[in-house]
Parts: sequence; C-alpha cells; structure tokens
Amino acid sequence: MKPAPFDYIKATSLDHALAALAAHDDAIVIAGGQTLVPMMAMRLARPSCLVDLNEIAELSGIIASEKYLHIRAMTRQANVLASDVVRAKVPLLAKALAFVGHTQTRNRGTLGGSIAHGDPSAEIPLCAVALDAEIDLASQSGVRTIEACEFYEGPLMSVRRADEILSEVRFPIWEGGNIGIGFQEISPRHGDFAIVAIAVQLQFDADNICRRAAVALGGASPNPVRATELEAALFGQRIDAALVAKIVGSIDRVLSPTDDLHASAAYRRRVAKSLTMRAILEAAI
Amino acid sequence: MSEIKLTINGVTRTASAEPRTSLLDFIREHLGLTATHMGCEHGVCGACSVILDGVPVRSCLMFAVQADGHDVMTAEGLRDADGAPGVIMDSFIEAHGMQCGYCTPGMMVATHALLAETPDPTDDEIREAIGGNLCRCTGYAQIIEAIRIAAQRLRDAT
Repeated sequence: MKPAPFDYIKATSLDHALAALAAHDDAIVIAGGQTLVPMMAMRLARPSCLVDLNEIAELSGIIASEKYLHIRAMTRQANVLASDVVRAKVPLLAKALAFVGHTQTRNRGTLGGSIAHGDPSAEIPLCAVALDAEIDLASQSGVRTIEACEFYEGPLMSVRRADEILSEVRFPIWEGGNIGIGFQEISPRHGDFAIVAIAVQLQFDADNICRRAAVALGGASPNPVRATELEAALFGQRIDAALVAKIVGSIDRVLSPTDDLHASAAYRRRVAKSLTMRAILEAAI
Repeated sequence: MSEIKLTINGVTRTASAEPRTSLLDFIREHLGLTATHMGCEHGVCGACSVILDGVPVRSCLMFAVQADGHDVMTAEGLRDADGAPGVIMDSFIEAHGMQCGYCTPGMMVATHALLAETPDPTDDEIREAIGGNLCRCTGYAQIIEAIRIAAQRLRDAT
C-alpha cells in the first residue's frame, strides 16, 4: 500500500501549476487527495510527477455575485458545508455536502476535486448537474467554461484535458419565489458513496405553483443525469403525492443503471423512483 | 528526498523523506511518534487521524511533503503538560472505550476535534464525529460513553 515514486512540485500560483503541468509528461495535479492518494497507494494511479495545488491561495474561497455563487476549486468541502453564504444562496449544495464522506475527509477534500474526479454516484457532481453549474477549466492558453451537463463523458471521465486545471465552479442563484430543496440517497453506510442519490430544487410562486424545477439523479447512470421530462411535468403544477406518483415513471427513460456488487440494475431503478418521489415531496413542503 | 519542517505537538521537527512518504509513515517512522496507528492505509478506517492546522484529517491520505510548514497534533499531544494522560484519555480508560485499542488514538483525536468545536455534543453529534473511525471490535457504545464523560469533565473544568 505504498505509492510508486514520483517527483513533487508544490505550486505557489495557478500559473505556476499550469506551467509545471505543461512541462512534465505524465504529471497530474493533486487537490484534496482523498481519492487520488488511495488510488496511488493501490497503484491504480502512477503519476511520474505530482503538482500540488494545496498552497495556492487564489484557488480557495467562496463569493456570491448577483447571479452566481462562485466557489474556487480548492475550497475544502468542510468549508462549503459550514458556509452561511452557501446555505443562503445554494442550499441544495449545503444539504448534499452532509452526505459527502466524513469530517476527516471533508476537511481535506475539495469541491473542485470531487467534480473533476466525476464519480458516477458522488453528491457534488450531482448538485452541479442539477443546478446547471458552470465549470472553469484553466490552461496556459486561457480559461474555458463548460456547462456541468456537458462536462462528463462517462464514469470518471470528463472533457478536461491533461493540461487543464479546474479552477472555479459557479452555481446559479435562483432568485424570487419560494425555493424548496430535496436531497435523498441510499448508501451502505452513512458517508459511503451512494447507491442512488437524488437532488431536487423547485421554485414556487405565491400560489404555490411550481415555476421552475431541477431534478437530477446520480448512481444509476454513467454520470449524473437530469430528469428533463419530469421537470417539465412539474412545471405549472401544485405538487402533491398523487401528482408525483403519476409522473415519476418518466425517469426510467434517462437511467441506464448497471449491476455491481452493491446493487442490481433493477434495484437501482426501483429505488431511484422511490427516492425521487421523496425528494420532490421534501422540496415541495 | 525533501526536507520537511513542521510543528508536531508544539515542537518544531525537521526530517527528510521521499515525496511518496505518507504523513502517517513520516510521523511513525521518521519522527518516532507511534501513537498514530496505521490501519487500512487507504482512507477508510480513521485509525491514523491527526489534527492538521486545527482540524482532523487522515494522515494516510496526504504526503509528508504537504505538511511542510504546517501544524500537526497527534494522540501524544492529548497528554497534559506534566505528562499525565489528560481528560480525553482518562475518560476512555474510565468508560473502557476500547477493546483491542487499535482504533483508540484515532477515536481520541476525533473526540478532541469534536469537543473543541462542540463542548456539549448530542449523541448524534458524537456519532457523526466518529463516523469516519472504525472500531472492528464494535465497541462503540463505550466509546460514545467515554466521549460523554470527557465532554462533561472539560465543561466542568472551564
């Protein structure tokens, strides 16, 4: 359980890190390391050079602008969870963070690291997809912005190139009306990766009519997916259990679960339906 | 080899290590502080928990070079200045919050972190705080009792 040898570069700025990444073949960045270090210990990852982002102050911080909550990539998950501005502006993210790992891993693990890694059942990528987050990828040729829904290409695969560093994630702030959130997941133990996880954010007008809906499902597809048909069916409705039971079936068309040692594909479909109903009703209160 | 200088339990120490040396191995093998236990070595068990810059982390999930210039506290640091076991260790002894003792340093470090932030924790908060620490003897009931006792004594002392 010891990693193979590697060269280590402690980057002091984003430019320094990008230059180091470009200068070394087979170099990769280390963010919080809560997934990468075990992968290196098991020698599933054997980078020849590790570029450490942990000392780069400009990659850390949470700021709310008029339309977005800006979270720099190296912001620790624990700081996102404890942030009043996150709870006020993007409450779904705060709620989901409580399901991510444990205190010790959240103190080190980062928001950007989880999104870049792209585990199919991870909670933070699920929220990014649910809320149409924007993801900044920096390289020596500049910064490009990718919509969360366009970011993933499969399990642990994204459009991020080897010379790019995820620098910031922006979550749109929903203004006006009443905002309801729901987050449901099932996992073998609390803090483990989810078998299935559901994130829901709804916006209601003064008459309690749903005016905007975001429903995303994780763990039952190669990457988090949006239930767009279900979102459309929620729009313009007063939401109750009878309505949700009638329309939830459409999620079957966006799921593509597989069997693994934790759960069968059929179980994932069944539990996704139950959890989606619960999460929508949770958000509708 | 990289030279690593850090503060550990209030003392500044310097030693050389390869970049691939985990903070856990560095603490045990290079600094000779063996209270921090090596369990799974891939971030599952919590036996290697230490306090880094005031917050609990898993020392197997970072490299020693990353702790250069930082402040680390291990289970040794829970002792009182005069070398007595200290409130947390005493409470674990009194409630017998251990069976084989392998998870105990990690449990005590997690307890220290919890009580620094939350002097009067609920049982749910205690369970959440040690949620990342596995006791394979499954002696959790007495560990939770030990943490309750430690919390009470630390409150009484202030």
